[in-house]
Amino acid sequence: MTCTEFIAQLDDLLEDRVSITLRADLEEHLRTCEHCVITMNTTRKTIEIYRSHELYELPTDLRDRLQKAILAKCKKC
Amino acid sequence: MPDIQTQGTEEVHPDVLLVNRARQGDVQAYEKLVKQYDRQVFRIAQHITQNREDAEDVVQDAFLKAYEKLDQFQGNSKFYTWLVRIAVNESLMRLRKRRTGRMVSIDEDVETDEGSMPRDLADWGPDPEQQYGQSELADILRKTIQGLPPGFRTVFVLRDVEGLSTEETAETLGLSVPAVKSRLLRARLQLRERLSRYFRKNKRDGAK
Repeated sequence: MTCTEFIAQLDDLLEDRVSITLRADLEEHLRTCEHCVITMNTTRKTIEIYRSHELYELPTDLRDRLQKAILAKCKKC
Repeated sequence: MPDIQTQGTEEVHPDVLLVNRARQGDVQAYEKLVKQYDRQVFRIAQHITQNREDAEDVVQDAFLKAYEKLDQFQGNSKFYTWLVRIAVNESLMRLRKRRTGRMVSIDEDVETDEGSMPRDLADWGPDPEQQYGQSELADILRKTIQGLPPGFRTVFVLRDVEGLSTEETAETLGLSVPAVKSRLLRARLQLRERLSRYFRKNKRDGAK
């Protein structure tokens, strides 16, 4: 397996959606390719970091204002 | 996500019950839907438009449009994904206006080769985000994702931040499942590559 072939399967591997046979091939590639190990681990970490950090919180006062505006308009529909 | 209720032999999502009540003029039922999903819509709109005022407008317009079009909601998709589709379209429209009329679509700049193969292969420490304070880290994450083309950014946000499935993301964006998969992979690899400048081992001041 080449690195390009490994990368093409990376998302499915990260989401545990590969067959047993394919997983064995991917793991075999990882045993001999440090670059792909790093790519896999840091890509997994990238996803985790974005999932666990709230970048755009909706402040309570703004949220209240938006909700009131939306519902006021809905009532006029 | 709310629990599924069972009516007879059919499972009915609580959102569908609220939508049915809202269709009959029950604004309080719609208020529950607004309160349930306004944070997510705001987050998606802010990610796509990269502008606070636009995101506020998108939240209002998306919920109002959805309310006006409730009769068109078929119930064969989740209310949330249907709402997100409206919000994404509103967000892209706002982004286009900000760019003085230049077309902005979900297909923009997706032909780039960047991210198709990793180049920066520096490893990260076990907890790379610990190198930064919360506020500094948030700035890095925002700046990094803002650098992605809209077509990649939107797919990444829907799939990895908001947790939609590949199929739901495809339906929401009007893309094929293979197109979503391709964009997601490249978005993830581009983000990984760009974050490496900040998170690589012993490179605390790497790319400021």
